[in-house]
Amino acid sequence: MDLRFDLIWSYIPLLLQGTKLTIQLTVFAVAIGTVIGLFVSLLRISNFKPVSWVAKIYVDFFRGTPLLVQILLFYYGVPQLLGLDSMSRHVAGIAALGLNSGAYVAEIFRSGILSVHKGQMEAARSLGMTYAQAMRYVVLPQAFKVSIPPLGNEFIAMLKDSSLVSVISLPDLMHTGRMVVNRAYRSFETFILVALLYLIMTTTISQLVSYLERVFGKDDQSQ
Amino acid sequence: MIRVNNLTKNFGNLQVLRGISCHIAPKEVVVIIGPSGSGKSTFLRCLNQLEKATSGEIIINGVNITDPKININLVRQEVGMVFQRFNLFPHMTALENVALAPMKVRKQPRDEAEELAMSLLQRVGLADKAHQYPEKLSGGQQQRVAIARALAMRPKIMLFDEPTSALDPEMVGEVLEVIKSLAYEGMTMVVVSHEMGFAREVSDRIFFMDEGLILEEGTPNEIFSNPKNPRTKSFLSKIL
Repeated sequence: MDLRFDLIWSYIPLLLQGTKLTIQLTVFAVAIGTVIGLFVSLLRISNFKPVSWVAKIYVDFFRGTPLLVQILLFYYGVPQLLGLDSMSRHVAGIAALGLNSGAYVAEIFRSGILSVHKGQMEAARSLGMTYAQAMRYVVLPQAFKVSIPPLGNEFIAMLKDSSLVSVISLPDLMHTGRMVVNRAYRSFETFILVALLYLIMTTTISQLVSYLERVFGKDDQSQ
Repeated sequence: MIRVNNLTKNFGNLQVLRGISCHIAPKEVVVIIGPSGSGKSTFLRCLNQLEKATSGEIIINGVNITDPKININLVRQEVGMVFQRFNLFPHMTALENVALAPMKVRKQPRDEAEELAMSLLQRVGLADKAHQYPEKLSGGQQQRVAIARALAMRPKIMLFDEPTSALDPEMVGEVLEVIKSLAYEGMTMVVVSHEMGFAREVSDRIFFMDEGLILEEGTPNEIFSNPKNPRTKSFLSKIL
């Protein structure tokens, strides 16, 4: 076995740049996904059927089709549909990742909301609060707390899945790794380094999640 | 104050309330007794529309609350409710539980709402627990906080849905004491309860419900000493 990490040493700044883009893509996707997910989860539990159906169709589409297809659809398909010459890779990548994440986050929030005992909503409504007030001040804070661990998993999954955007030549960590292999001809060394960089990021997220769990979990009862 | 005309409630094919009519006067304390599954809780929950009536009318202070056009939130501000399972908000302290609705619904400033909350907690004997979370409180304490929370909206009517059924026996007394003190202050109350001693002591009238109907109503003396309906008799003979 002949390992030559010294040969890829000079590419480390490039890989770190890719890492930076991967972090940016993930942060944007997760931010968009959380906002969409919260909104869609509220539509999804609506008693008004057409609204919950629309939300369900969205969730089913983005959870039931490969992310790779969604990325290609956004980068190549959407510009064609809208009659544009092309679309920014960044916009396409973030849109696909964000909408995909939104579908998963919606289901996480939905089950979080459903896990809150219905007596909570009733108690809030019996005090004269509107549905929206009861959701905001009583149900959602509790739903959010139980959603933290699955949200953490979702963010980790999103970070790893963001490597799929390399297919539209976004220079994320994955794509940069392949570039480095093409130049340095050291596959094992490069990909193990890429893997390690992903590992550092995912481990950081899970540490952050357990910290948040401790912070939000300390003050009240588990139902 | 409360007038109910021919109220029915169906859950799917199951008819839980089969035509209830009654009238409850201001400052009156009514205790509803009856076997489980008789529709007592459902009836109570219709009185603030946590359950929507299938048919019939419920008129509270002259407002027909079964009318879909009325703003039910305004009605509920006048009708406090205490639940069997307390339903305190677990992510808030006792004080925050009580102050929430005055702040968000009545738009009172925080310090005013907290002052009110503190005085109510004092009233139910829990001022020293104001900054505890519900999980740190006993069942009886939680239920007293829940009563304070309902009172914070200054309701004209209080509904109690088996307020002591989920409590350990030694905590029943402290909760009943608080409810009694409200009764003596002239609060209009409807209480679903299995505590017959309490019913006898505080109620002006007792409704006996079975199979979705009020089968008998009368003063505690009439109901307990001289029940007329055979089913009232058989129910009371089983529990007394």
